Amino acid sequence: MAAASTAVAAVAVPRGGFNSGVRAVKIVWHRELLRFWSDRLRIVTALIQPLLFVFVLGTGLGSLTKGVPGVDFKTFVYPGALAMSVLFTAVFSAGSIVWDREFGFLREMLVAPVSRTALVIGKCLGGATTATAQGVVVLAMAGLVGVPYSAMLMLKLLGMMALLAFTLTAFGVMMAARIPTFQGFMGLTQMLLMPLFFTSGAMFPLSGLPAWLTWVTRLNPLTYAVDPIRRAVFDHLDISAAARAAYAPGVSWGSYHVPIWLELLIVAAAGLLMLTVASLEFSRI
Amino acid sequence: MAEPAVAVSGLRKTYAEVEAVRGIDFEVAAGETFGFLGPNGAGKSTTIGMLCTLVTPTGGSATVAGHDVVRDQGTVRRNIGLVFQDTTLDGYLSAEQNLRFHAELYGVPRAALGPRMDRVLEMVNLADRRKGKVMTFSGGMKRRLEIARGLLHSPRVLFLDEPTVGLDPQTRSSIWEYIDELKRTEDITIFMTTHYMDEAEYCDRIAIIDHGTIVAIDTPEALKASVGEDRVRVSTADDTAAAAQLRERFGIEGRISEGQLTFHVASGEEFVPKLFGGLDVPIRSVSVSRPSLDDVFMTYTGKTIRDAESSNGAGDFMRAMMARGRR
Repeated sequence: MAAASTAVAAVAVPRGGFNSGVRAVKIVWHRELLRFWSDRLRIVTALIQPLLFVFVLGTGLGSLTKGVPGVDFKTFVYPGALAMSVLFTAVFSAGSIVWDREFGFLREMLVAPVSRTALVIGKCLGGATTATAQGVVVLAMAGLVGVPYSAMLMLKLLGMMALLAFTLTAFGVMMAARIPTFQGFMGLTQMLLMPLFFTSGAMFPLSGLPAWLTWVTRLNPLTYAVDPIRRAVFDHLDISAAARAAYAPGVSWGSYHVPIWLELLIVAAAGLLMLTVASLEFSRI
Repeated sequence: MAEPAVAVSGLRKTYAEVEAVRGIDFEVAAGETFGFLGPNGAGKSTTIGMLCTLVTPTGGSATVAGHDVVRDQGTVRRNIGLVFQDTTLDGYLSAEQNLRFHAELYGVPRAALGPRMDRVLEMVNLADRRKGKVMTFSGGMKRRLEIARGLLHSPRVLFLDEPTVGLDPQTRSSIWEYIDELKRTEDITIFMTTHYMDEAEYCDRIAIIDHGTIVAIDTPEALKASVGEDRVRVSTADDTAAAAQLRERFGIEGRISEGQLTFHVASGEEFVPKLFGGLDVPIRSVSVSRPSLDDVFMTYTGKTIRDAESSNGAGDFMRAMMARGRR
């Protein structure tokens, strides 16, 4: 194709295909990491919320819940704090799409000869990575609330946080695809995130609730991410069976006790579903 | 000859009730610098959008670098570079990181990337700022980086939408130096819009679009000639003799008034050397005044280009288009 060219160092760009998709995913993912790292202040400010949650709310409410011996309330809310740090970082990271749209960079991506699905996957993996990294900072504080640094536990928590982070980023990207302004995005996500978080069992055990709240918690996908995290933490605590049953009762549908694998499957399925919706939305832009 | 860089045939676009582009035909030859002018809402940006595969045509067809903009969208995209008047850079990344991002999306071979990146950065004189974060760049530097990025994957056709709007005159002329250098060293076709008529002069050919149809398409010289002939004023030692010779040797009827010989010819500047060779009478001074491209634009669209482009219309359009979707 290229005739004898006078151009110095002209490049021949190959046809697209699977490889070009992989390169696109990687560079979009890489950019998310660069952006995360260049904004280190945010890593610190994003810590404030989970710290308040564990040490202020956990300590304050702890004085009311001395009923079950051997478990500090701070330990109980700690899994919720892990989920919280992942939640906000993941959704905020997805929100950068709205930001990119306002500042024009989204157009650079949309006019490129790559599939929109590759862009969305890269974005979701990037958000998942940065949100997990943010979660790791909270994870490092496990010792302060009496959670042991067992290698097995840490690995399990890391994996579950990564899954949750991926799903939440997909949720954020799905939202960001249709919202034109950053203010709008922040408003909508705040409106959705707080109720999701409050009804996920991050702040209270999911047994013995009134019927309406039981329904709400069971319909909330976040419930199925918080519960396995908490059960993993409590499995590694040296406490009585009664305490475990009171604080980490697990999730049940009627009399069916939902196993952890199914909970994680629900989270993964929700993530993939939202990823699909997000790429369909982006293909139409 | 090679196939045309851009070939448009019966291209139409209708938005709901509005016929934005009403079946236009034109071709841009490979290697040409083609100017696309028109008032706001004339269909200019919609046409560019269709050529860049961002807008799906309602009818007709268009090929860019030999590939159909609808059927072969991906190939067209790989073969075009885009520089819009609004910045599409990531300010948080360095110049180099912005280029690298682009190279990965366009699949530039890794081995070729280093030299290619050096080359485009040198071309726009940003080699020493490659590590700098883009948010610290001036408007002119950002525009230059966008041009460098648009060239990174060696496109066959470079689309420049108002490449110098909002820049100070010095930066504008330096941007034109880069474009000029580009035309000499790269095998590339440039398709551009501008509302600076002095810049439109740099184009090999110009198309003027109004109300969704192309109302004029030709070289700047021919367009100006079509509007009216140049006026040449000569002051000579003997105007009467000069007028007689002008009639005999060139077949041009001159008029003597106010101590000057005045006449009209198609291309005054090209005629002046002939005049010097053709007249025996000593010539004291010559002035040529010609219809400007402003006059051309006015004649064909009924608007001055400044009325037509008073706001940043094209940019607004692109933004609206991205928001609306490309249905």
